Amino acid sequence: MSDKPVEEMSFEEAMKALEDVVGRLESGDVPLEDSIKLYERGAALKKRCETKLKEAEEKVAAITLDESGAPKGTQPFDTP
Amino acid sequence: MDLIDDDGPDGESGPGDNTHEFTVSEISGAVKRVVEGEFAHVRVRGEVGRVSRPRSGHVYLDLKDDRSVLSGVIWKGVAGRLPTQPEEGLEVIATGRLTTFPGQSKYQMVIEDIRPAGAGALMAMLEERKKKLAAEGLFDPARKRPIPFLPEIIGVVTSPSGAVIRDILHRLRDRFPRKVLVWPVAVQGAKCAPEVVRAIEGFNALTPGGPLPRPDLIIVARGGGSIEDLWGFNEESVARAAAASGIPLISAVGHETDTTLIDYVSDYRAPTPTAAAERAVPVRLDLLAWVDQQDARLTRAMTQATGQRRQRMMDLARALPRPETLVATAAQRLDLWGERLPRALIAVTRDKRVALADAAAALRPATLRRGLVDRRQAVGGLSARLAPALVRTLADGKRRLDDRARGLRLSVIERDTARKRGDLDRLAARLATAGRAQTGGWRDRLEALERLRQTLGYTETLKRGYAVVRAGDGVVTRKADAEVQGALEIEFADGRLGVIPGGGGAAGGKPKKPKAPPPEQGSLL
Repeated sequence: MSDKPVEEMSFEEAMKALEDVVGRLESGDVPLEDSIKLYERGAALKKRCETKLKEAEEKVAAITLDESGAPKGTQPFDTP
Repeated sequence: MDLIDDDGPDGESGPGDNTHEFTVSEISGAVKRVVEGEFAHVRVRGEVGRVSRPRSGHVYLDLKDDRSVLSGVIWKGVAGRLPTQPEEGLEVIATGRLTTFPGQSKYQMVIEDIRPAGAGALMAMLEERKKKLAAEGLFDPARKRPIPFLPEIIGVVTSPSGAVIRDILHRLRDRFPRKVLVWPVAVQGAKCAPEVVRAIEGFNALTPGGPLPRPDLIIVARGGGSIEDLWGFNEESVARAAAASGIPLISAVGHETDTTLIDYVSDYRAPTPTAAAERAVPVRLDLLAWVDQQDARLTRAMTQATGQRRQRMMDLARALPRPETLVATAAQRLDLWGERLPRALIAVTRDKRVALADAAAALRPATLRRGLVDRRQAVGGLSARLAPALVRTLADGKRRLDDRARGLRLSVIERDTARKRGDLDRLAARLATAGRAQTGGWRDRLEALERLRQTLGYTETLKRGYAVVRAGDGVVTRKADAEVQGALEIEFADGRLGVIPGGGGAAGGKPKKPKAPPPEQGSLL
């Protein structure tokens, strides 16, 4: 079990951790006390995954360049 | 006929005799007209030799084959439009016109278009580059960074117009809408390679979370085209920038069948821009379904875990025997033994009383007294042995002391003292010798110094016939000074003589007290 707080995990990390939790719980050889903790962790990981999936926001911007070709900002990008 | 005479010594009439005389500019102009008229549109095949690109933007180059060289120039405006930039060693077909340069008696080709002489020429050059970069290890699979599973920000390097960016954005939206930063670049022509390089480097230079956030993934994309169109992505500078990128990079240049140099160094080569978008993000709905599924499995596993335990508990509870049966036997045994207890106690008490009576019978004063007498006798015996034992111990100690004393001899100490005295004498002798040698050395040096002092002193000079003239306490060195003195004293090597100046003869019997001249007086030496 990773020490990283669930709230700081990337989607992929949370996904792997959730898979691990489900696998261990399904194996059925976890003591009851631990299985309750595992279940709570699983629920937190699931919530984290859902949060990351809800962050599906599309925002497209084009980099604007100055005369020397260095980026100076962005402007909204309209799909041609 | 003067002209003819000047032209040829023979002076005969003929076609040569009438030859027109040109000025240099006239003949240069005539040549120019002929050359430009005759070669107003030519195609020349050759290998590109030396290429120079001065700041003016014009490109100067040589076209050559195994025997000849043709100078060429590509004006700035044309150079920017060329799909293929001329590179040394590339076999090309140049289209343009010939012109002369009268100022230097030269001609050159003004190139309007330049193309590789067939795809083979470009491919050969590409192969060379591939070999070079492969030898540097830039294609090593171990160099490739993993593509992030779900990037937060995707940087796309491509043309802002056209189907490519549209395809990428559409596919991203379908799968998993993300933040996208588009870095607009030219995807063909001379500006393509430098702009793509700048874009890759520029994305890498951004700060994560800054006003312009650094992407987690870069896609370099371009639609299909001819090999010349795609050539910018075969430039070494582009491949090197992609290899140096700290951000994982997906390349998607041209169609599936086109492989450009950047594809070999990118972390993932997508066959098309759409495929690049698919590799960049997972499908959001799939992931949501997956999460739901995991949730269901989690709940099921938990329910199962508690359910199974409950079942097992019930089974075990059923197997427990009834509490009454557990204690019945024990209760019966308690009753049995409880009944036997008082009787056993009475019997034990009786036995003990009998034993006490027996023991008490044997206990009498006479027995005690006999014990005391025995012990007193033992003490008497021991005290009788005490005094002799002490005497014997003392005698033993005295004898051992005598033994030791006999072993102690004066001669040993004397011998040691004598040896040490000898050592002392030898050391004293060495000290004296060393002292003598030391003082002798010092004396020799002192005498040498004294001799030197004598030599350097003014008295030695006196022996050579010089004399010191004194008056009173001072030395007189000038005639004028001598004349005013009442008496003078002259010191020779062998003594002093008093004289009166002007008077002649010795001055008095007792010479005035001479004053020693300062030994350092320069005039005497």
